[in-house]
Amino acid sequence: MSKQMTGAEMVVEALKDQGVECVFGYPGGAVLPIYDAIFGQNQVRHILVRHEQGAAHAAEGYARSTGKVGVLLVTSGPGATNAVTGLTDALLDSIPLICITGQVPTHLIGSDAFQECDTTGITRSCTKHNYLVRNVDDLPRILHEAFYVASHGRPGPVVIDIPKDVQFASGTYAFSRDIEHKTYRPQVKGDAERIKRAVDMMAKAKKPVFYTGGGIINSGPRASTLLRELVRMTGFPITSTLMGLGAFPASDRHWLGMLGMHGSFEANNAMHDCDLMICVGARFDDRITGRLDAFSPHSKKIHIDIDPSSMNKNVKVDLAILGDCAHVLDDMVRLWPAQAPQLDAQALEKWWQTIEHWRARRSFDFRNSSAVIKPQHAIKRLRALTRNHDTYVTTEVGQHQMWAAQHFDLDEPNRFMTSGGLGTMGYGLPAAIGVQLAHPQALVIDIAGEASILMNIQEMSTAVQHRAPVKIFILNNQYMGMVRQWQELLHGGRYSESYTDSLPDFVKLAEAYGGHGIRCSDPAKLDDAIREMIDTPKPVIFDCLVDQKENCFPMIPSGKAHNEMLLAALEDDAGIELGSVIDEKGKALV
Amino acid sequence: MKKPGAAYPPSPYSAPSRQAGIEFHTLSVLVDNESGVLARVVGMFSARSFNIESLTVAEVAHETHLSRITIVTSGTPDVIEQVRHQLERLVPVHSVTDLTLTTRAIERELAMVKVRGKGESRQEALQLAEAFRAKVIDATTESFIFEITGAPRKIDDFVDLMRPIGLVEVSRTGVAAISRGPAGI
Repeated sequence: MSKQMTGAEMVVEALKDQGVECVFGYPGGAVLPIYDAIFGQNQVRHILVRHEQGAAHAAEGYARSTGKVGVLLVTSGPGATNAVTGLTDALLDSIPLICITGQVPTHLIGSDAFQECDTTGITRSCTKHNYLVRNVDDLPRILHEAFYVASHGRPGPVVIDIPKDVQFASGTYAFSRDIEHKTYRPQVKGDAERIKRAVDMMAKAKKPVFYTGGGIINSGPRASTLLRELVRMTGFPITSTLMGLGAFPASDRHWLGMLGMHGSFEANNAMHDCDLMICVGARFDDRITGRLDAFSPHSKKIHIDIDPSSMNKNVKVDLAILGDCAHVLDDMVRLWPAQAPQLDAQALEKWWQTIEHWRARRSFDFRNSSAVIKPQHAIKRLRALTRNHDTYVTTEVGQHQMWAAQHFDLDEPNRFMTSGGLGTMGYGLPAAIGVQLAHPQALVIDIAGEASILMNIQEMSTAVQHRAPVKIFILNNQYMGMVRQWQELLHGGRYSESYTDSLPDFVKLAEAYGGHGIRCSDPAKLDDAIREMIDTPKPVIFDCLVDQKENCFPMIPSGKAHNEMLLAALEDDAGIELGSVIDEKGKALV
Repeated sequence: MKKPGAAYPPSPYSAPSRQAGIEFHTLSVLVDNESGVLARVVGMFSARSFNIESLTVAEVAHETHLSRITIVTSGTPDVIEQVRHQLERLVPVHSVTDLTLTTRAIERELAMVKVRGKGESRQEALQLAEAFRAKVIDATTESFIFEITGAPRKIDDFVDLMRPIGLVEVSRTGVAAISRGPAGI
């Protein structure tokens, strides 16, 4: 069916046809025609943010918690440049986004016009793909193609830059559900022969481990279900990256906890000592591998990924299977029963004993206190008191993020939204708003630090305006904690600029925005305060004053291998100078 | 041929190529000839610290707007595999063929070489040009412009010979390459 309409109307029509319910945006001169088209309808809801970076993160939160494409709409020039951080964040974490940017009229492009910037040039390296629409006749195709590109293969952000004259111009709009892109056709089905070989390798393994990542979540809930089934059938231990948390239930006995720089002792040692690593939808990031030449030296490695460029990029693998996680896992689950009898039960039993021995170190443990709130304790209480709620968590970036990953046990996918790849402070609050709008009845908590939250605090207005009762749980230690921790480890405890002075009164700040503020510094009163936060039906800022000196352990220091972890006890008991543990080469790493 | 780095500072692109294990590969990349596609390809190389030794691009099918980009890149075999995958990942890229891996590809480059001189050196230039099958495409009483086609190494050699005679400037197209035999890419 085709209809005559303006470019601006095509944008809104395409959003409706793609089933978009929610657009995050901020108006400006170069997108006014599109805003005019939004004004006359009520199918697509527009969420006015307070800064375009917030729009991008909100769209990410929306996308990651629903599995749909997140959409943002911003104006030319500063509107587009402000969105760049969010686009880069989505690129690194493979989040499907459509970012529609206004542009100055085509005849002014290149003239340094008011609010002009080279949007496609600037965003070329921080998007999966981008378009500059010069002709209204191309607009319907580009709009729908963009949704296809953003959501197929390895997902990512796509920018559509639309000059104002194209928004005003009239053309024919048509939509067909089955578009086939002429060049972009990612392979989803894994090679049968390779999958069979993988299953053979798994059947012979004596010390196997599953290493899973965000690809499982991007692949959809079915991938999580199949992963659980495969782990149950094989009985193998499983760990996950930060981005994959929730895909496998933390309450399951096969679960080793998160791996990597601040991962568990058992997960990292299992990675180091295993004889078969089955990587599903993860990308051997440097936070995961630690020192590359000492990374899991004795294992065969199987890598299942939808992106061929992820294979053999950082780590050489023995068997690469190109395909979508759910498709490949489905094949594996079907092939497994035939291989199961070959399992070396004795070796696997011994492997589990070794793992239980590592697990007994209880590497996430901390020394609790009755005088001051320990940040880990605060997260544990938060988890305990939200168990009976339909809970979603977002985080900012830093120590609190790692403590959330360690102590906020998750049993379901799409419940944990965090900036893993780019590490964007200021991600959590707007992301939480995006999650809340997708799940209006749910309890959405942004676990934050007092420094990160200030980077996008203006989005409190968005939350209040759109009745998104998000809960901001600030672990306030008055430091940029992770910066301070690194200065302690690497720079002789010279805390250059990492003390967050002149903090606002967060309780008053919450009230100023029209939300509710809570402050707590007494461990005995913590539970009641958390309950008060949960029961408040509007946005809450919870200023949780925690131990200022606490560091995040365990930790693989820069330039070290998985089996060279620092445990918390080391620092307390032996009084070892941590700076001496990291060598000069490690200090140069980030 | 001159040793790299002997007379000139190394080009930022070719500098790392003196490391051990470095190979040169010629990649043929078919892309949609849409605006920004070259920037996308080149930007990927600089963003990921890959090398471009030579790059040529032209539309090869006007009806379908297909352009063929020939890139000579250098790196370890692992790096070259990454280059290929990263190129394949770009949305407007149709196909990437590593011509160095598939067949002994034929590589050609065209150069125009301007030489200035009088008397004996003019004669010498003409004789050398003949030996290299270079054509005179412009002549004045004190200069020639030669057109020479061949493998890049041959052009290097010709230019080196012209330098003492009175080389003024060189304009080179970069390498175009095609596989031997009946099969296409």
